[in-house]
Amino acid sequence: MSLDEATVRKVAKLARIAMSDEEITPLIGELNGIIDWIEQLQEVDIDGVEAMTSSVDVALPMRADTLTHDETGGGKPGEIVANAPKTEDHFFIVPKVVE
Amino acid sequence: MTDLTTLTLASLRDGLAKKEFTATEATSAYLERAEASGPLNAYVRLTAEKAREQAKASDERIGKGEARPLEGVPLGIKDLFCTDGIPTNASSKILEGFTPTYESTVSGNLKRDGAVFLGKLNLDEFAMGSSNETSAHGPVINPWRREGQDTKLSPGGSSGGSAAAVAARLCAGATATDTGGSIRQPAALTGTVGIKPTYGRCSRFGIVAFASSLDQAGPIARDVRDAAIMLTSMASYDPKDSTSIDRPVPDYEKALAGGVKGLKIGIPKEYRLDGMPSEIDALWQRGADLLKEQGAEIVEVSLPLTKYALPVYYIVAPAEASSNLARYDGVRYGQRVHDDDINELYAKTRGEGFGAEVKRRLMIGTYVLSAGYYDAYYLRAQRVRKKIADELAAVFEGVDLLLTPSSPSSAFGLGEKSSDPIEMYLNDVFTVTANLAGVPGVSVPAGLDGQGLPLGLQLVAPAFGEEVMLRGAAALEEAIGFDAQPTEWWKS
Repeated sequence: MSLDEATVRKVAKLARIAMSDEEITPLIGELNGIIDWIEQLQEVDIDGVEAMTSSVDVALPMRADTLTHDETGGGKPGEIVANAPKTEDHFFIVPKVVE
Repeated sequence: MTDLTTLTLASLRDGLAKKEFTATEATSAYLERAEASGPLNAYVRLTAEKAREQAKASDERIGKGEARPLEGVPLGIKDLFCTDGIPTNASSKILEGFTPTYESTVSGNLKRDGAVFLGKLNLDEFAMGSSNETSAHGPVINPWRREGQDTKLSPGGSSGGSAAAVAARLCAGATATDTGGSIRQPAALTGTVGIKPTYGRCSRFGIVAFASSLDQAGPIARDVRDAAIMLTSMASYDPKDSTSIDRPVPDYEKALAGGVKGLKIGIPKEYRLDGMPSEIDALWQRGADLLKEQGAEIVEVSLPLTKYALPVYYIVAPAEASSNLARYDGVRYGQRVHDDDINELYAKTRGEGFGAEVKRRLMIGTYVLSAGYYDAYYLRAQRVRKKIADELAAVFEGVDLLLTPSSPSSAFGLGEKSSDPIEMYLNDVFTVTANLAGVPGVSVPAGLDGQGLPLGLQLVAPAFGEEVMLRGAAALEEAIGFDAQPTEWWKS
């Protein structure tokens, strides 16, 4: 399988990364090199093998469904927006999305 | 008075407790040395004022007989750990100006135990790299040089700043993180000790995420004892990380004296790579001989799937990264490049903010997760990963530990490997299996190569086998007796 320029541009769009032509051109070769290299996994027999989804064999812990200010960050709107480039009254400000 | 920066973390801790010197003196000695280490580029930010305040508070506690386990010990923190009120940028332009309003659990644990933080240490951008060359702050320079040469060498990565700072005595120990080898490879390349614990042993809360099923925090320190002391403080169960394991943390320092008598140590034959420098092979053999002399039984084992570990990693890690790094959108934190269209705002912000290697990995990750390729790449990789983990678990039915080299070469020159992504990725060939399987590994200095550069040996244990692993590491360290130091060419 090889990635042509149109595919690389499409992936960049999906990844929401703006790239100039100067960036796209070398990337085509690099990505193809990496994809060719990982292609060797096709030779491994994986019949009957489950996908590994967790590095440790534990069930996800449950917690009580209550708002705890210290553990889940509730009640800290000032801190939540403290690093945002643009805010107003504890809201994140973005360009108009819906006309 | 002795130069306090020459003491190991353990000696420093003991001397502080006995009031042979003060935390303020130790902190000043380290700050002075760190301030004069500019050419190494190990620190991205020194927090001298805060460090002096912490040291003063430590001295008061010691005076009152209320010293905690790491009271007054000056440490460096990889700039991937969020530190409350201190900028944390993960060496990325996109996080310029980000100042966390909370503390990572691991750094918080070290503070709870009385440690003093000297500052934040350089790393590859978002910990993606094996040479520190992808950092937005520029590369860290290895304190070690080839004998008789002044070529700038890489300290490895991604925890290059942590490893260089420990090797150059710019801190008594440092925090680090390891997703594919980012603690053990730089430790090997700088003559230091690095531990990647079992997945879930240290909380990931407040560590800037790279690949969440692989990321694990651990220490880089001057010797095995120092690393064990740090790990005892860093490890904990944390309800804020759902993958953290609720299991008591042993005092790892106490495990060191056990020795290796009666342990069965496996040598995986597939780790003997074509084209590997013969010196690495010789040091590996010597390590096995030394362990055998101390009563360990050495057996050859086989891990035939080893060669697939890196290709699996380069699907799984970028896939997880592409999801994790979706949060850098110019809306909630960090840099924003404005546009009237929200999608353009995202794309421009990310295009400007991410460096070349991060973009490359986000592209790979997005591709392998995209419609039509998910099964062929991502799902297949997760199934091969399961096979690799099972194969390793089966080998651990018969042996207590594995002994392998830590890295396929000693420190390399800046730019020597950065033109070919795959050649750079191969740095992690010996370390990455432990991440995929979630098991612990430690790198211990093995000696110097013909150019006068350090090389490391790695011990790998089954999940939560840190104590046996550290017993092996301490025995290996003592038998090898590594005591070389880099010449201090960087001092101004």
